[in-house]
Amino acid sequence: MTNFETVMGIEVHVELSTESKIFCGCSAAFTVEANGHVCEGCAGMPGTLPALNRKVVEYAIRAGLALNCEISKFSRFDRKNYFYPDLPAAYQITQLYHPICKNGHLDILTEGAKKSIGINRIHIEEDAGKLVHDSWDDCSLVDYNRCSVPLIEIVSEPDFRTAGEVVAYLEKLKSTLQYLGVSDCKMQEGSMRADINISVRPVGAEKFGVRTEMKNMASLKSIARAIDGESARHIEVIEAGGTLCQETRRWDDNKNRSYAMRSKENAHDYKYFPDPNLMPVIVGEDDIRNIRETLPELQEEKKARYIREFELPEYDADILTGSKHLVDVFERTVEICKNPKDASNWVMTELMKLLNEAQLQPEDMHFRPDSLGEILLMISEGKINRSVGKKTLAAVLETDILPKDYVEQNGLLQVSDAGAIEPVIREVLDQNEKAVSEYLGGNERNIQFLIGQSMKALRGKGDPQVIRELLVALLNDRKKG
Amino acid sequence: MTSSEKSNGNDPVGIDAEQIEYLEQLARIRLTPDEKVRTRRDLSSILEYIEKLNELRTDDIEPLSHTVPMAPVFREDRAVNGDRRIEILRNAPEQKDGCFKVPKTVE
Ligand SMILES: [Zn+2]
Repeated sequence: MTNFETVMGIEVHVELSTESKIFCGCSAAFTVEANGHVCEGCAGMPGTLPALNRKVVEYAIRAGLALNCEISKFSRFDRKNYFYPDLPAAYQITQLYHPICKNGHLDILTEGAKKSIGINRIHIEEDAGKLVHDSWDDCSLVDYNRCSVPLIEIVSEPDFRTAGEVVAYLEKLKSTLQYLGVSDCKMQEGSMRADINISVRPVGAEKFGVRTEMKNMASLKSIARAIDGESARHIEVIEAGGTLCQETRRWDDNKNRSYAMRSKENAHDYKYFPDPNLMPVIVGEDDIRNIRETLPELQEEKKARYIREFELPEYDADILTGSKHLVDVFERTVEICKNPKDASNWVMTELMKLLNEAQLQPEDMHFRPDSLGEILLMISEGKINRSVGKKTLAAVLETDILPKDYVEQNGLLQVSDAGAIEPVIREVLDQNEKAVSEYLGGNERNIQFLIGQSMKALRGKGDPQVIRELLVALLNDRKKG
Repeated sequence: MTSSEKSNGNDPVGIDAEQIEYLEQLARIRLTPDEKVRTRRDLSSILEYIEKLNELRTDDIEPLSHTVPMAPVFREDRAVNGDRRIEILRNAPEQKDGCFKVPKTVE
Protein backbone atom coordinates (compact mmCIF):
# COMPACT_ATOMS: atom_id res chain seq x y z
CA MET A 1 0.00 0.00 0.00
CA THR A 2 1.62 3.23 -1.18
CA ASN A 3 1.16 6.45 0.71
CA PHE A 4 0.42 9.39 -1.52
CA GLU A 5 0.88 13.10 -1.02
CA THR A 6 -1.14 15.76 -2.78
CA VAL A 7 0.68 18.58 -4.54
CA MET A 8 -1.20 21.75 -5.41
CA GLY A 9 -0.70 25.17 -6.95
CA ILE A 10 -3.35 27.88 -7.04
CA GLU A 11 -4.33 30.47 -9.58
CA VAL A 12 -6.44 33.19 -8.03
CA HIS A 13 -8.33 35.72 -10.13
CA VAL A 14 -9.25 38.87 -8.27
CA GLU A 15 -11.47 41.65 -9.62
CA LEU A 16 -9.96 45.02 -8.76
CA SER A 17 -12.30 47.53 -7.16
CA THR A 18 -11.64 50.37 -9.55
CA GLU A 19 -14.39 52.79 -10.47
CA SER A 20 -14.03 52.17 -14.21
CA LYS A 21 -13.02 49.27 -16.44
CA ILE A 22 -9.44 48.55 -17.46
CA PHE A 23 -9.42 49.98 -21.01
CA CYS A 24 -12.55 52.16 -21.31
CA GLY A 25 -14.62 54.60 -19.26
CA CYS A 26 -17.46 52.21 -18.45
CA SER A 27 -18.31 51.64 -14.80
CA ALA A 28 -16.75 48.50 -13.32
CA ALA A 29 -19.42 48.29 -10.61
CA PHE A 30 -21.75 45.33 -10.43
CA THR A 31 -25.22 46.03 -11.79
CA VAL A 32 -28.28 43.86 -12.32
CA GLU A 33 -29.16 45.63 -15.58
CA ALA A 34 -27.59 43.43 -18.27
CA ASN A 35 -25.32 45.32 -20.69
CA GLY A 36 -25.87 48.60 -18.81
CA HIS A 37 -22.10 49.15 -18.47
CA VAL A 38 -20.98 48.51 -22.01
CA CYS A 39 -19.49 50.70 -24.76
CA GLU A 40 -18.03 49.99 -28.20
CA GLY A 41 -14.62 49.40 -26.61
CA CYS A 42 -15.53 46.67 -24.13
CA ALA A 43 -18.01 45.21 -26.63
CA GLY A 44 -14.97 44.49 -28.82
CA MET A 45 -16.01 46.51 -31.85
CA PRO A 46 -13.45 47.02 -34.59
CA GLY A 47 -11.79 50.43 -34.67
CA THR A 48 -11.82 51.05 -30.92
CA LEU A 49 -8.58 51.57 -29.01
CA PRO A 50 -7.78 50.58 -25.42
CA ALA A 51 -6.60 53.26 -22.94
CA LEU A 52 -5.05 51.77 -19.81
CA ASN A 53 -6.55 52.73 -16.43
CA ARG A 54 -3.69 54.09 -14.27
CA LYS A 55 -5.23 52.74 -11.07
CA VAL A 56 -5.12 49.16 -12.35
CA VAL A 57 -1.32 49.33 -12.56
CA GLU A 58 -1.14 50.99 -9.14
CA TYR A 59 -3.38 48.33 -7.54
CA ALA A 60 -1.42 45.47 -9.12
CA ILE A 61 1.81 46.96 -7.74
CA ARG A 62 0.23 47.41 -4.28
CA ALA A 63 -0.73 43.73 -4.30
CA GLY A 64 2.75 42.78 -5.54
CA LEU A 65 4.50 44.73 -2.78
CA ALA A 66 2.28 43.25 -0.08
CA LEU A 67 3.03 39.77 -1.45
CA ASN A 68 6.78 40.44 -1.40
CA CYS A 69 7.16 40.40 -5.19
CA GLU A 70 9.72 41.96 -7.47
CA ILE A 71 7.98 44.72 -9.42
CA SER A 72 8.87 44.67 -13.12
CA LYS A 73 10.21 47.96 -14.44
CA PHE A 74 8.97 46.83 -17.83
CA SER A 75 5.77 44.92 -18.41
CA ARG A 76 3.62 44.51 -21.45
CA PHE A 77 0.25 43.29 -22.67
CA ASP A 78 -0.38 40.30 -24.91
CA ARG A 79 -3.43 39.01 -26.70
CA LYS A 80 -4.74 35.56 -25.88
CA ASN A 81 -6.82 34.51 -28.85
CA TYR A 82 -9.85 32.26 -28.67
CA PHE A 83 -13.44 32.23 -29.83
CA TYR A 84 -16.11 32.18 -27.21
CA PRO A 85 -19.20 34.39 -27.01
CA ASP A 86 -18.25 35.85 -23.61
CA LEU A 87 -15.21 37.43 -25.28
CA PRO A 88 -16.51 39.75 -27.99
CA ALA A 89 -13.10 40.83 -29.37
CA ALA A 90 -12.12 37.13 -29.73
CA TYR A 91 -9.03 37.85 -27.66
CA GLN A 92 -8.37 38.61 -24.03
CA ILE A 93 -5.75 41.20 -23.14
CA THR A 94 -3.39 39.72 -20.55
CA GLN A 95 0.31 39.66 -19.64
CA LEU A 96 1.92 36.36 -20.65
CA TYR A 97 5.54 37.24 -21.35
CA HIS A 98 6.18 40.22 -19.08
CA PRO A 99 3.96 40.17 -15.97
CA ILE A 100 3.93 43.19 -13.68
CA CYS A 101 5.08 41.26 -10.55
CA LYS A 102 7.24 38.15 -10.05
CA ASN A 103 8.84 35.95 -7.39
CA GLY A 104 6.99 36.80 -4.21
CA HIS A 105 5.78 34.85 -1.23
CA LEU A 106 3.01 34.84 1.36
CA ASP A 107 3.47 33.31 4.80
CA ILE A 108 0.62 31.28 6.22
CA LEU A 109 -0.03 29.61 9.56
CA THR A 110 -1.38 26.06 9.60
CA GLU A 111 -1.60 23.84 12.62
CA GLY A 112 0.57 26.34 14.46
CA ALA A 113 3.43 26.09 11.97
CA LYS A 114 4.50 28.89 9.64
CA LYS A 115 4.88 28.06 5.96
CA SER A 116 6.01 30.29 3.14
CA ILE A 117 4.05 29.91 -0.10
CA GLY A 118 5.87 31.02 -3.24
CA ILE A 119 4.14 33.45 -5.59
CA ASN A 120 5.34 32.78 -9.12
CA ARG A 121 3.78 35.85 -10.69
CA ILE A 122 0.98 38.40 -10.65
CA HIS A 123 -0.28 39.65 -13.97
CA ILE A 124 -2.95 42.09 -15.09
CA GLU A 125 -5.75 41.03 -17.41
CA GLU A 126 -9.33 41.81 -18.35
CA ASP A 127 -12.35 39.80 -17.29
CA ALA A 128 -14.78 38.22 -19.78
CA GLY A 129 -18.55 38.67 -20.01
CA LYS A 130 -21.20 36.43 -18.53
CA LEU A 131 -22.93 33.73 -20.51
CA VAL A 132 -26.30 32.37 -19.44
CA HIS A 133 -27.74 29.30 -21.10
CA ASP A 134 -31.37 29.60 -21.95
CA SER A 135 -32.64 26.04 -22.14
CA TRP A 136 -36.18 27.22 -22.94
CA ASP A 137 -35.05 28.90 -26.15
CA ASP A 138 -32.05 26.60 -26.73
CA CYS A 139 -29.70 29.56 -27.04
CA SER A 140 -27.16 31.43 -24.95
CA LEU A 141 -27.54 34.99 -23.66
CA VAL A 142 -24.54 37.26 -23.16
CA ASP A 143 -24.14 40.13 -20.72
CA TYR A 144 -20.95 42.14 -21.33
CA ASN A 145 -21.05 44.16 -18.09
CA ARG A 146 -18.17 42.19 -16.61
CA CYS A 147 -16.22 42.30 -19.85
CA SER A 148 -13.01 44.34 -19.36
CA VAL A 149 -13.40 44.67 -15.62
CA PRO A 150 -9.78 44.67 -14.40
CA LEU A 151 -8.38 41.51 -12.85
CA ILE A 152 -5.12 40.42 -11.38
CA GLU A 153 -4.20 36.77 -11.54
CA ILE A 154 -1.99 35.60 -8.68
CA VAL A 155 -0.18 32.36 -9.54
CA SER A 156 1.37 30.39 -6.70
CA GLU A 157 4.17 27.83 -6.83
CA PRO A 158 3.08 24.19 -6.32
CA ASP A 159 3.77 24.54 -2.60
CA PHE A 160 0.54 23.22 -1.10
CA ARG A 161 0.17 19.73 0.38
CA THR A 162 -3.15 19.88 2.26
CA ALA A 163 -6.57 21.46 1.87
CA GLY A 164 -5.92 23.23 5.18
CA GLU A 165 -2.92 25.03 3.68
CA VAL A 166 -4.95 26.08 0.65
CA VAL A 167 -7.74 27.49 2.81
CA ALA A 168 -5.26 29.32 5.07
CA TYR A 169 -3.58 30.83 1.99
CA LEU A 170 -6.85 31.98 0.44
CA GLU A 171 -8.01 33.51 3.74
CA LYS A 172 -4.71 35.34 4.15
CA LEU A 173 -4.75 36.50 0.54
CA LYS A 174 -8.32 37.74 0.90
CA SER A 175 -7.62 39.67 4.07
CA THR A 176 -4.41 41.14 2.59
CA LEU A 177 -6.15 42.36 -0.56
CA GLN A 178 -9.03 43.77 1.48
CA TYR A 179 -6.59 45.63 3.74
CA LEU A 180 -4.93 47.04 0.63
CA GLY A 181 -8.33 48.16 -0.64
CA VAL A 182 -7.66 46.70 -4.10
CA SER A 183 -10.56 44.21 -4.13
CA ASP A 184 -13.59 43.24 -2.07
CA CYS A 185 -12.73 39.55 -2.67
CA LYS A 186 -16.26 38.14 -2.48
CA MET A 187 -16.04 34.51 -3.51
CA GLN A 188 -19.79 34.00 -3.70
CA GLU A 189 -20.13 36.91 -6.10
CA GLY A 190 -17.13 35.85 -8.14
CA SER A 191 -14.86 38.81 -7.43
CA MET A 192 -12.33 36.26 -6.12
CA ARG A 193 -12.04 32.94 -7.95
CA ALA A 194 -9.56 30.18 -7.25
CA ASP A 195 -8.54 27.41 -9.66
CA ILE A 196 -6.59 24.58 -8.07
CA ASN A 197 -3.97 22.58 -9.96
CA ILE A 198 -3.81 19.24 -8.26
CA SER A 199 -1.71 16.10 -8.60
CA VAL A 200 -0.68 13.23 -6.34
CA ARG A 201 2.61 11.32 -6.04
CA PRO A 202 3.97 8.59 -3.79
CA VAL A 203 5.45 10.13 -0.63
CA GLY A 204 9.15 10.71 -1.26
CA ALA A 205 8.88 10.81 -5.06
CA GLU A 206 10.38 13.83 -6.78
CA LYS A 207 8.46 13.74 -10.02
CA PHE A 208 5.03 15.39 -10.02
CA GLY A 209 2.04 13.29 -11.02
CA VAL A 210 -0.35 14.18 -13.85
CA ARG A 211 -2.24 17.29 -12.83
CA THR A 212 -5.83 18.34 -13.33
CA GLU A 213 -7.18 21.84 -12.95
CA MET A 214 -10.27 22.26 -10.77
CA LYS A 215 -12.68 25.10 -11.45
CA ASN A 216 -16.09 26.27 -10.23
CA MET A 217 -15.67 26.38 -6.47
CA ALA A 218 -17.67 29.23 -4.93
CA SER A 219 -16.56 29.02 -1.30
CA LEU A 220 -13.64 27.93 0.85
CA LYS A 221 -15.65 24.95 2.06
CA SER A 222 -16.34 23.89 -1.49
CA ILE A 223 -12.62 24.23 -2.31
CA ALA A 224 -11.68 21.99 0.61
CA ARG A 225 -14.21 19.38 -0.52
CA ALA A 226 -13.02 19.62 -4.13
CA ILE A 227 -9.41 19.00 -3.05
CA ASP A 228 -10.33 15.96 -0.98
CA GLY A 229 -12.61 14.58 -3.69
CA GLU A 230 -10.19 15.11 -6.55
CA SER A 231 -7.08 13.77 -4.80
CA ALA A 232 -9.06 10.67 -3.79
CA ARG A 233 -10.06 10.24 -7.44
CA HIS A 234 -6.41 10.50 -8.55
CA ILE A 235 -5.28 7.89 -6.04
CA GLU A 236 -8.12 5.58 -7.01
CA VAL A 237 -7.24 5.79 -10.72
CA ILE A 238 -3.54 5.18 -10.04
CA GLU A 239 -4.15 2.27 -7.68
CA ALA A 240 -6.49 0.66 -10.19
CA GLY A 241 -3.64 0.83 -12.72
CA GLY A 242 -5.36 3.48 -14.84
CA THR A 243 -3.92 6.67 -16.31
CA LEU A 244 -4.91 10.22 -15.50
CA CYS A 245 -5.37 12.75 -18.20
CA GLN A 246 -4.20 16.36 -17.93
CA GLU A 247 -7.43 18.30 -18.19
CA THR A 248 -9.65 20.97 -16.72
CA ARG A 249 -12.45 19.69 -14.52
CA ARG A 250 -15.51 21.32 -13.10
CA TRP A 251 -16.35 20.63 -9.46
CA ASP A 252 -19.99 19.87 -8.72
CA ASP A 253 -20.40 20.65 -5.06
CA ASN A 254 -23.88 19.12 -4.84
CA LYS A 255 -22.81 15.80 -6.28
CA ASN A 256 -19.45 16.00 -4.50
CA ARG A 257 -17.49 14.99 -7.61
CA SER A 258 -15.71 16.55 -10.57
CA TYR A 259 -16.48 16.34 -14.27
CA ALA A 260 -14.13 16.82 -17.20
CA MET A 261 -15.08 19.99 -19.04
CA ARG A 262 -15.69 19.51 -22.73
CA SER A 263 -12.44 20.99 -23.94
CA LYS A 264 -12.67 23.88 -26.34
CA GLU A 265 -11.25 22.49 -29.55
CA ASN A 266 -7.47 22.99 -29.60
CA ALA A 267 -8.01 25.25 -26.64
CA HIS A 268 -4.36 25.32 -25.72
CA ASP A 269 -3.25 27.10 -28.88
CA TYR A 270 -4.00 30.68 -27.96
CA LYS A 271 -1.46 32.18 -30.43
CA TYR A 272 -0.35 34.81 -27.95
CA PHE A 273 1.26 37.93 -29.37
CA PRO A 274 2.02 41.41 -28.00
CA ASP A 275 -0.94 43.78 -28.26
CA PRO A 276 0.08 46.39 -30.81
CA ASN A 277 -2.44 48.92 -29.45
CA LEU A 278 -0.93 49.13 -25.99
CA MET A 279 2.41 50.61 -24.99
CA PRO A 280 4.60 48.75 -22.50
CA VAL A 281 4.15 49.77 -18.87
CA ILE A 282 7.31 51.39 -17.54
CA VAL A 283 7.52 51.66 -13.75
CA GLY A 284 10.24 53.76 -12.09
CA GLU A 285 11.86 53.37 -8.67
CA ASP A 286 10.03 56.52 -7.58
CA ASP A 287 6.65 55.08 -8.54
CA ILE A 288 7.35 51.95 -6.54
CA ARG A 289 8.57 53.95 -3.52
CA ASN A 290 5.49 56.18 -3.62
CA ILE A 291 3.17 53.20 -3.66
CA ARG A 292 5.13 51.43 -0.92
CA GLU A 293 4.75 54.48 1.31
CA THR A 294 0.96 54.32 1.06
CA LEU A 295 0.70 50.63 2.04
CA PRO A 296 -1.53 50.29 5.11
CA GLU A 297 -0.74 48.35 8.28
CA LEU A 298 -1.39 44.73 7.28
CA GLN A 299 -2.76 41.87 9.34
CA GLU A 300 0.40 40.69 11.07
CA GLU A 301 1.55 44.13 12.20
CA LYS A 302 -1.96 44.99 13.32
CA LYS A 303 -2.36 41.77 15.25
CA ALA A 304 0.96 42.33 17.04
CA ARG A 305 -0.10 45.88 17.88
CA TYR A 306 -3.49 44.77 19.25
CA ILE A 307 -1.76 42.28 21.55
CA ARG A 308 0.87 44.81 22.65
CA GLU A 309 -1.20 47.98 22.89
CA PHE A 310 -4.66 46.69 23.77
CA GLU A 311 -3.53 43.55 25.63
CA LEU A 312 -5.98 41.40 23.67
CA PRO A 313 -5.59 37.61 23.78
CA GLU A 314 -3.79 36.30 20.67
CA TYR A 315 -6.86 34.31 19.60
CA ASP A 316 -9.08 37.41 19.67
CA ALA A 317 -6.49 39.54 17.89
CA ASP A 318 -6.21 36.87 15.22
CA ILE A 319 -9.96 36.68 14.54
CA LEU A 320 -10.41 40.46 14.60
CA THR A 321 -7.57 41.18 12.19
CA GLY A 322 -8.63 38.33 9.91
CA SER A 323 -11.20 40.63 8.34
CA LYS A 324 -10.72 44.24 7.29
CA HIS A 325 -14.44 44.77 7.93
CA LEU A 326 -14.22 43.64 11.56
CA VAL A 327 -11.12 45.80 11.98
CA ASP A 328 -12.96 48.86 10.71
CA VAL A 329 -15.82 48.35 13.18
CA PHE A 330 -13.46 47.49 16.04
CA GLU A 331 -11.13 50.46 15.58
CA ARG A 332 -13.97 52.95 15.27
CA THR A 333 -15.60 51.45 18.37
CA VAL A 334 -12.37 51.85 20.36
CA GLU A 335 -12.11 55.46 19.24
CA ILE A 336 -15.59 56.17 20.54
CA CYS A 337 -15.79 54.12 23.75
CA LYS A 338 -12.06 54.20 24.64
CA ASN A 339 -12.24 50.66 25.95
CA PRO A 340 -10.43 48.21 23.62
CA LYS A 341 -11.14 45.12 25.72
CA ASP A 342 -14.85 45.83 25.87
CA ALA A 343 -14.93 46.65 22.16
CA SER A 344 -13.12 43.43 21.33
CA ASN A 345 -15.46 41.37 23.52
CA TRP A 346 -18.51 42.84 21.86
CA VAL A 347 -17.19 42.25 18.35
CA MET A 348 -15.95 38.75 19.19
CA THR A 349 -19.07 37.56 20.98
CA GLU A 350 -22.19 39.62 20.24
CA LEU A 351 -21.43 40.81 16.71
CA MET A 352 -20.01 37.45 15.58
CA LYS A 353 -23.00 35.63 17.10
CA LEU A 354 -25.43 37.87 15.23
CA LEU A 355 -23.49 37.42 11.99
CA ASN A 356 -23.49 33.65 12.40
CA GLU A 357 -27.21 33.58 13.13
CA ALA A 358 -27.93 35.63 10.03
CA GLN A 359 -25.37 33.58 8.06
CA LEU A 360 -23.54 36.74 7.06
CA GLN A 361 -19.86 37.33 6.37
CA PRO A 362 -18.21 40.39 7.95
CA GLU A 363 -18.14 42.01 4.49
CA ASP A 364 -21.93 41.82 4.36
CA MET A 365 -22.34 44.21 7.31
CA HIS A 366 -23.78 47.51 6.21
CA PHE A 367 -24.22 49.70 9.26
CA ARG A 368 -22.67 52.98 10.37
CA PRO A 369 -19.25 52.13 11.82
CA ASP A 370 -20.01 54.44 14.77
CA SER A 371 -23.02 52.47 15.99
CA LEU A 372 -21.33 49.83 18.14
CA GLY A 373 -19.21 52.48 19.87
CA GLU A 374 -22.32 54.52 20.62
CA ILE A 375 -24.04 51.49 22.13
CA LEU A 376 -21.05 50.77 24.39
CA LEU A 377 -20.95 54.41 25.41
CA MET A 378 -24.64 54.31 26.40
CA ILE A 379 -23.93 51.22 28.51
CA SER A 380 -20.92 52.70 30.27
CA GLU A 381 -22.89 55.88 30.96
CA GLY A 382 -25.65 53.80 32.52
CA LYS A 383 -28.26 54.86 29.95
CA ILE A 384 -29.00 51.29 28.90
CA ASN A 385 -28.08 47.92 30.34
CA ARG A 386 -26.09 45.22 28.52
CA SER A 387 -29.05 43.18 27.37
CA VAL A 388 -30.73 46.24 25.84
CA GLY A 389 -27.32 46.91 24.24
CA LYS A 390 -27.42 43.48 22.61
CA LYS A 391 -30.96 44.03 21.35
CA THR A 392 -29.95 47.43 19.96
CA LEU A 393 -26.95 45.92 18.14
CA ALA A 394 -29.22 43.32 16.54
CA ALA A 395 -31.53 46.11 15.34
CA VAL A 396 -28.58 48.14 14.02
CA LEU A 397 -27.27 45.14 12.08
CA GLU A 398 -30.67 44.58 10.55
CA THR A 399 -31.82 48.09 9.68
CA ASP A 400 -28.85 50.41 10.39
CA ILE A 401 -31.07 52.43 12.75
CA LEU A 402 -29.30 54.99 14.98
CA PRO A 403 -28.81 53.27 18.39
CA LYS A 404 -30.13 56.38 20.18
CA ASP A 405 -33.31 56.34 18.08
CA TYR A 406 -33.89 52.64 18.61
CA VAL A 407 -33.56 52.96 22.38
CA GLU A 408 -35.86 56.00 22.52
CA GLN A 409 -38.49 54.68 20.12
CA ASN A 410 -38.76 51.44 22.08
CA GLY A 411 -38.62 53.07 25.52
CA LEU A 412 -35.55 51.10 26.53
CA LEU A 413 -33.72 53.68 28.61
CA GLN A 414 -32.44 52.04 31.75
CA VAL A 415 -34.42 52.37 34.97
CA SER A 416 -31.90 52.88 37.78
CA ASP A 417 -34.10 54.91 40.09
CA ALA A 418 -34.49 52.85 43.26
CA GLY A 419 -37.83 54.50 43.94
CA ALA A 420 -39.21 53.11 40.68
CA ILE A 421 -37.60 49.70 41.06
CA GLU A 422 -38.45 48.94 44.68
CA PRO A 423 -42.25 48.47 44.34
CA VAL A 424 -41.67 46.13 41.40
CA ILE A 425 -39.27 44.02 43.44
CA ARG A 426 -41.62 43.85 46.39
CA GLU A 427 -44.26 42.47 44.06
CA VAL A 428 -41.84 39.90 42.65
CA LEU A 429 -40.97 38.75 46.17
CA ASP A 430 -44.64 38.38 47.06
CA GLN A 431 -45.29 36.33 43.93
CA ASN A 432 -42.35 33.99 44.45
CA GLU A 433 -42.69 32.88 48.02
CA LYS A 434 -41.12 29.47 47.42
CA ALA A 435 -37.93 30.94 45.98
CA VAL A 436 -37.80 33.50 48.74
CA SER A 437 -38.18 30.96 51.53
CA GLU A 438 -35.54 28.71 49.92
CA TYR A 439 -33.20 31.70 49.74
CA LEU A 440 -33.83 32.52 53.35
CA GLY A 441 -33.27 28.85 54.15
CA GLY A 442 -29.72 29.15 52.74
CA ASN A 443 -30.06 28.54 48.99
CA GLU A 444 -28.43 31.83 47.98
CA ARG A 445 -28.28 30.85 44.33
CA ASN A 446 -31.99 31.67 44.11
CA ILE A 447 -31.02 35.33 43.98
CA GLN A 448 -30.28 34.89 40.25
CA PHE A 449 -33.81 33.66 39.65
CA LEU A 450 -35.25 36.62 41.54
CA ILE A 451 -33.06 39.08 39.63
CA GLY A 452 -34.32 37.53 36.41
CA GLN A 453 -37.95 37.83 37.49
CA SER A 454 -37.44 41.46 38.51
CA MET A 455 -35.73 42.28 35.23
CA LYS A 456 -38.62 40.68 33.38
CA ALA A 457 -41.11 42.75 35.38
CA LEU A 458 -39.13 45.86 34.43
CA ARG A 459 -39.35 44.80 30.77
CA GLY A 460 -35.57 44.30 30.58
CA LYS A 461 -34.75 47.90 31.28
CA GLY A 462 -33.71 47.71 34.93
CA ASP A 463 -30.21 48.47 36.10
CA PRO A 464 -28.97 45.01 37.17
CA GLN A 465 -26.69 46.50 39.82
CA VAL A 466 -29.50 48.44 41.48
CA ILE A 467 -31.86 45.45 41.27
CA ARG A 468 -29.35 43.19 42.99
CA GLU A 469 -28.64 45.67 45.77
CA LEU A 470 -32.34 46.27 46.44
CA LEU A 471 -33.13 42.55 46.37
CA VAL A 472 -30.38 41.74 48.85
CA ALA A 473 -31.53 44.54 51.13
CA LEU A 474 -35.21 43.57 51.03
CA LEU A 475 -34.44 39.87 51.51
CA ASN A 476 -32.24 40.70 54.49
CA ASP A 477 -35.13 42.68 55.96
CA ARG A 478 -37.32 39.58 55.68
CA LYS A 479 -34.59 37.45 57.24
CA LYS A 480 -34.56 39.71 60.26
CA GLY A 481 -38.30 40.16 60.25
CA MET B 1 5.98 27.09 -33.31
CA THR B 2 6.52 23.36 -33.14
CA SER B 3 4.08 22.52 -35.91
CA SER B 4 6.07 24.42 -38.54
CA GLU B 5 9.04 22.16 -37.88
CA LYS B 6 7.28 19.27 -39.55
CA SER B 7 7.11 20.93 -42.96
CA ASN B 8 7.67 18.62 -45.93
CA GLY B 9 11.03 18.35 -47.67
CA ASN B 10 10.35 20.03 -51.00
CA ASP B 11 8.94 23.12 -49.32
CA PRO B 12 11.48 24.45 -46.76
CA VAL B 13 9.30 26.97 -44.92
CA GLY B 14 5.98 25.82 -46.21
CA ILE B 15 2.77 24.86 -44.55
CA ASP B 16 1.35 21.39 -45.05
CA ALA B 17 -2.26 20.46 -45.67
CA GLU B 18 -2.66 19.29 -42.09
CA GLN B 19 -1.66 22.69 -40.75
CA ILE B 20 -4.17 24.38 -43.02
CA GLU B 21 -6.90 22.25 -41.50
CA TYR B 22 -5.67 23.09 -38.02
CA LEU B 23 -5.75 26.82 -38.79
CA GLU B 24 -9.21 26.36 -40.26
CA GLN B 25 -10.38 24.95 -36.94
CA LEU B 26 -8.65 27.63 -34.87
CA ALA B 27 -10.08 30.45 -36.99
CA ARG B 28 -13.52 28.81 -37.10
CA ILE B 29 -13.72 29.04 -40.90
CA ARG B 30 -14.42 26.46 -43.59
CA LEU B 31 -12.39 26.44 -46.80
CA THR B 32 -13.28 24.75 -50.10
CA PRO B 33 -10.63 22.36 -51.49
CA ASP B 34 -9.65 25.02 -53.98
CA GLU B 35 -9.33 27.67 -51.23
CA LYS B 36 -7.21 25.29 -49.20
CA VAL B 37 -4.71 25.00 -52.02
CA ARG B 38 -4.59 28.74 -52.53
CA THR B 39 -4.35 29.56 -48.81
CA ARG B 40 -1.53 27.07 -48.43
CA ARG B 41 0.33 28.64 -51.34
CA ASP B 42 -0.24 32.21 -50.07
CA LEU B 43 0.71 31.50 -46.48
CA SER B 44 3.81 29.60 -47.59
CA SER B 45 4.99 32.52 -49.66
CA ILE B 46 4.33 34.94 -46.79
CA LEU B 47 6.36 32.73 -44.45
CA GLU B 48 9.13 32.50 -46.99
CA TYR B 49 9.20 36.28 -47.22
CA ILE B 50 9.34 36.70 -43.45
CA GLU B 51 11.98 33.99 -43.25
CA LYS B 52 14.42 36.53 -44.68
CA LEU B 53 14.65 38.01 -41.19
CA ASN B 54 16.22 34.82 -39.87
CA GLU B 55 19.26 35.57 -42.02
CA LEU B 56 20.05 38.57 -39.83
CA ARG B 57 22.14 38.12 -36.71
CA THR B 58 20.15 39.52 -33.80
CA ASP B 59 21.97 37.89 -30.86
CA ASP B 60 23.12 41.18 -29.34
CA ILE B 61 20.05 43.19 -30.09
CA GLU B 62 17.39 43.76 -27.47
CA PRO B 63 13.88 42.92 -28.65
CA LEU B 64 11.86 45.97 -29.59
CA SER B 65 8.39 46.13 -28.18
CA HIS B 66 7.23 49.05 -30.24
CA THR B 67 8.46 50.78 -33.37
CA VAL B 68 8.03 54.31 -32.06
CA PRO B 69 9.38 55.23 -28.65
CA MET B 70 6.38 56.59 -26.78
CA ALA B 71 5.54 56.97 -23.13
CA PRO B 72 2.51 54.96 -22.06
CA VAL B 73 -0.72 56.92 -22.07
CA PHE B 74 -2.79 56.37 -18.98
CA ARG B 75 -6.45 57.07 -18.42
CA GLU B 76 -7.57 58.30 -15.00
CA ASP B 77 -9.93 55.95 -13.17
CA ARG B 78 -13.24 57.62 -13.82
CA ALA B 79 -16.49 56.04 -15.01
CA VAL B 80 -17.59 58.49 -17.68
CA ASN B 81 -19.80 56.29 -19.84
CA GLY B 82 -23.50 56.21 -19.08
CA ASP B 83 -26.02 53.46 -19.71
CA ARG B 84 -26.00 52.87 -23.47
CA ARG B 85 -27.81 49.56 -23.51
CA ILE B 86 -30.24 50.41 -26.28
CA GLU B 87 -27.51 51.65 -28.64
CA ILE B 88 -25.09 48.84 -27.87
CA LEU B 89 -27.71 46.14 -28.26
CA ARG B 90 -28.46 47.41 -31.76
CA ASN B 91 -25.23 45.67 -32.71
CA ALA B 92 -26.48 42.31 -31.51
CA PRO B 93 -27.44 39.86 -34.26
CA GLU B 94 -30.44 39.04 -32.07
CA GLN B 95 -31.36 40.09 -28.55
CA LYS B 96 -33.37 38.71 -25.67
CA ASP B 97 -33.91 40.01 -22.10
CA GLY B 98 -31.43 42.85 -22.66
CA CYS B 99 -28.74 40.36 -23.70
CA PHE B 100 -26.93 39.45 -26.89
CA LYS B 101 -28.57 36.26 -28.11
CA VAL B 102 -26.15 33.74 -29.60
CA PRO B 103 -26.28 30.08 -30.62
CA LYS B 104 -26.17 27.77 -27.64
CA THR B 105 -22.61 27.51 -26.38
CA VAL B 106 -21.66 25.15 -23.58
CA GLU B 107 -18.19 24.50 -22.26
ZN1 LIG C 1 -16.70 50.05 -22.10
